Amino acid sequence: MSTKHQKLERHSLGFAMAILAVASIGGIVEIAPLFTIENTVEEVEGMRPYTPLELAGRDIYVREGCYACHSQMIRTLRSDVERYGHYSLAAESMYDHPFQWGSKRTGPDLARIGGKYSDAWHVAHLEAPRELVEGSVMPGYAFLSQTRLSTGHLPASLKALSRAGVPYTDAQIETAEKDAARQADFEQNYEGELQESYGENVQVRDFDGQPGRLTEMDALVAYLQMLGTLADLDSLNPEESYR
Amino acid sequence: MLRRIPLEDTAILSVLGLVLLAGLAILGWGVPVAYVLHGWLIALTAGWGIMWMLNRISEGPAGVPMAYNDKVIRFGVIAALIWGIIGFAVGDILAWQLAIPSLNGDMSWSNFGRLRPVHTSGVIFGFGGNALIATSFYVVQRTSRARLASETLPWLVFWGYNLFLVVAASGYPLGITQSKEYAEPEWYADLLLLVVWVGYLTLYLRTLARRAEPHIYVANWYYLGFIVVIAMLHTVNNLSVPVSIAYPKSYSLFAGTQDAMTQWWYGHNAVGFLLTAGFLGMLYYFLPKAVNRPVYSYRMSIVGFWGITFLYLWAGSHHLHYTALPDWVQYLGMTMSIILLVPSWASVFNGILTINGAWDKVRTDPAVRFMMVAILFYGLSTFEGSFMAIRPVNSLSHYTDWTVGHVHAGALGWVAFITFGAMYKMVPWVWKRDGVYSLKLEAWHFWLALSGTLIYVGAMWNSGITQSLMWQTYDADGAFLYSFLDSVIEMHPYYAARAVGGLLYLIGACIGAYNIYMTVSGPRKTQVQQTGPLSRQPAE
Repeated sequence: MSTKHQKLERHSLGFAMAILAVASIGGIVEIAPLFTIENTVEEVEGMRPYTPLELAGRDIYVREGCYACHSQMIRTLRSDVERYGHYSLAAESMYDHPFQWGSKRTGPDLARIGGKYSDAWHVAHLEAPRELVEGSVMPGYAFLSQTRLSTGHLPASLKALSRAGVPYTDAQIETAEKDAARQADFEQNYEGELQESYGENVQVRDFDGQPGRLTEMDALVAYLQMLGTLADLDSLNPEESYR
Repeated sequence: MLRRIPLEDTAILSVLGLVLLAGLAILGWGVPVAYVLHGWLIALTAGWGIMWMLNRISEGPAGVPMAYNDKVIRFGVIAALIWGIIGFAVGDILAWQLAIPSLNGDMSWSNFGRLRPVHTSGVIFGFGGNALIATSFYVVQRTSRARLASETLPWLVFWGYNLFLVVAASGYPLGITQSKEYAEPEWYADLLLLVVWVGYLTLYLRTLARRAEPHIYVANWYYLGFIVVIAMLHTVNNLSVPVSIAYPKSYSLFAGTQDAMTQWWYGHNAVGFLLTAGFLGMLYYFLPKAVNRPVYSYRMSIVGFWGITFLYLWAGSHHLHYTALPDWVQYLGMTMSIILLVPSWASVFNGILTINGAWDKVRTDPAVRFMMVAILFYGLSTFEGSFMAIRPVNSLSHYTDWTVGHVHAGALGWVAFITFGAMYKMVPWVWKRDGVYSLKLEAWHFWLALSGTLIYVGAMWNSGITQSLMWQTYDADGAFLYSFLDSVIEMHPYYAARAVGGLLYLIGACIGAYNIYMTVSGPRKTQVQQTGPLSRQPAE
């Protein structure tokens, strides 16, 4: 072994190539098949791309680094399932660019937080966590209620996501900016249009309790209230999704 | 009269020109203020680089001194210390925020989520990265008996890398992040790092190619492994689709499960190749030098090196146990993680046994003590890592502070200890000083750092296991005994203890920086009286 290795040690470029070859095997074996093995992501009804408002909310979730303290991945353990609900499916993050499964639970898991609390609770809790939950260590996010949501980039965002493989239609991309405002419209005038475009499971209302004002709080609460509500878990065939 | 411009200078000038154009495009088209500021920063730095290059070229070819190039190493040492203190300080602020949540200030930029990557990038890439670049330049020159292969490229690497760090770390508090753990910088910062990294790899290979020694020394294998694999990881994990040139935002190319696996393939190997391979390179040079003994076993070096290079990249999936990642990948990752203990401990034994015959130095030389304890912490955290990769253990440890404790046993105990040990040796060498300013302060630094680490890791072991057990405790009727909030409240004393441990570590690092500052500003090496005719100086 030593003599062969001594030969390798005399060639810097050869040594670097050898490192690259040896180091790439693990990734090739473990990552590449995830794109080709069909049941890596199981089929489940109800999954759809995020609406522009939910996406804007998700962008805020990403911007604030929420993943540092909250997971979005319910493991197949009894203690996870009983505390947070049905274990997370791969399909539930199929449109997540990037994934936000997280690695730490300083706060609870959020994969199925949608619908568990009212909008008003979320707004009040985000603004001043310890007013509602004594003993919480979460920072306050009152500034979200005061910050107008910028929507100008949303068509470009949807376009970028469609390039990455999210099936947004051209019409959806075109009306993204309008759709964001319409989803938070307090008169819910456009509920039908939005549901026709994105699906029955779109929630349309004024989320932040400030009618007529589209804030970052609207977007974040819309995103949180959607989390875990899309996939129709009854439509899951456990045998087909065994991996 | 036209003079021919060397090919290398032309290449560097064109790269700088492209970076300048990119910076101008960002500041011209950019919409968010923070992003426009980054455009200015990039454009100004590139412009300054171009002026510097043009000046050099117009001055004509300067003679390359027949000596090692140590100037850039000195810059690297200073940068590492500055980033280290920033990174440790922000880390301790975060620790206090968890102990006393009102310290978040509830302002966007000061909240935990936005500051956390400043801490992680600051210590991993700022402190660790600069220390690796500086020591790798030192080691590759000495072990090859050759000067760095270029007069300009080392500066491009140093300034480019630190520009990347400033762009990254200033972006997080302003909300520019991909929120992929340890890969937070956005696409334009990633591209900048890619350019720098290609320069670094080229420089390293070209310097090795000039070596006067027939064989490449083992420390260089590790540095090379670090450079090559980080290039691969960085490129693949940061594949993304930018929204447009007007925004810093991008969406990662992969989604969900595939993105998760790619990210942890990256994340675990940022640990494997930046925080392990790179620092093993440091160990393999500075420990034998400090104790004046040869590396214990050549064979063990080979097994250790190729074992780590092969196995580490399989281990990432142990970050995703019981998740929606297919089970086969989880089990494969677990298996490889356990086997990984073999090459890891080969390095541990190789290091410890190298000290054999010079154990008195552990007592008399704090730098050697730093290195010895570093090896112990390396052994501890690699054992712990393999242990935590076992699925049932992971069901207890994952999502808890145990992971945080594990990471810090490695980062504080191994990475930073070996770095400080190497720095205390290298600083007098590159600044040509007789020795470190004060051995007493060096010992103070050691004991503060050690007690800080032990308090930190001890607190996190306790809090992690407490959390996990509270989450999994049922009463006689099968209902949960504790709410999630109960577990949060229970953490308070541990979080306070952790913040104190971190503070001790920070104080130690400040003392270390002061000691190094005093060493550098002290008198130069006393000239040894030459007797007889001038003889040729042997290379170090």
